[in-house]
Amino acid sequence: MKLKLTCKEAGRLISEGLDRKLSLPQRIALRLHLTICDACTRINAQFRFLRRAALRYPGPERDGGES
Amino acid sequence: MLLKFAMLQLRNQAQAEDAVQETLMAAIQGAKNFAGKSSVRTWLVGILKHKIVDLIRRSSRERPLDLPDEETSLEDFDALYREDGHYASMPAEWGDPETALSQRRFFETLERCLERLPKNTARVFMMREVMGIETDEICKELAITATNCWVLLYRARMSLRACLEERWFAIRA
Repeated sequence: MKLKLTCKEAGRLISEGLDRKLSLPQRIALRLHLTICDACTRINAQFRFLRRAALRYPGPERDGGES
Repeated sequence: MLLKFAMLQLRNQAQAEDAVQETLMAAIQGAKNFAGKSSVRTWLVGILKHKIVDLIRRSSRERPLDLPDEETSLEDFDALYREDGHYASMPAEWGDPETALSQRRFFETLERCLERLPKNTARVFMMREVMGIETDEICKELAITATNCWVLLYRARMSLRACLEERWFAIRA
């Protein structure tokens, strides 16, 4: 496993990391990539947000209501 | 609302109607267990989730998932990246997305984005993120490989983030 990831590879690892435990080299490579890459940092936050949104789906009955 | 929820997951009218009917039956029988801590809607959705998981477990044993190649390939995603592997266009800043979670319209948008996903992609995403089923179990129930499962989830997340960006965050930012 190489240490330098492209954004394409990082995106897949971010997603897979939500579904299984990544290997240590994968986690290190991803951590390194995220420290230098704003685009993938956004993707990471957005995938995590999607998880929170999906858990609450179908959402509140009214705006600001219970979800 | 319940039928739409079931349809998104099952993509089969007859199965979705069965799930809703079983949910309503269970709700009538269990009405005295309804504690009133959540809304009736939240309570019914909770029952429906269980019924859908039951249905998936039953039907997957009858026939394995029919998975077309375009759902497991990532070639169409190449357009998102430049040759050096960076994003062709920077993913947008979503501001404070948490406020969207209290807005009914946001979830309607999410629903439309889910409807636009290919059938199996939507199904696996719903199982994983809406029902909260572990990936191993999803692979087993649908008789697909772990790699295919991860690819479907990745496809779903990338498509949903692009769809929400276009239809929600870009409009409100």
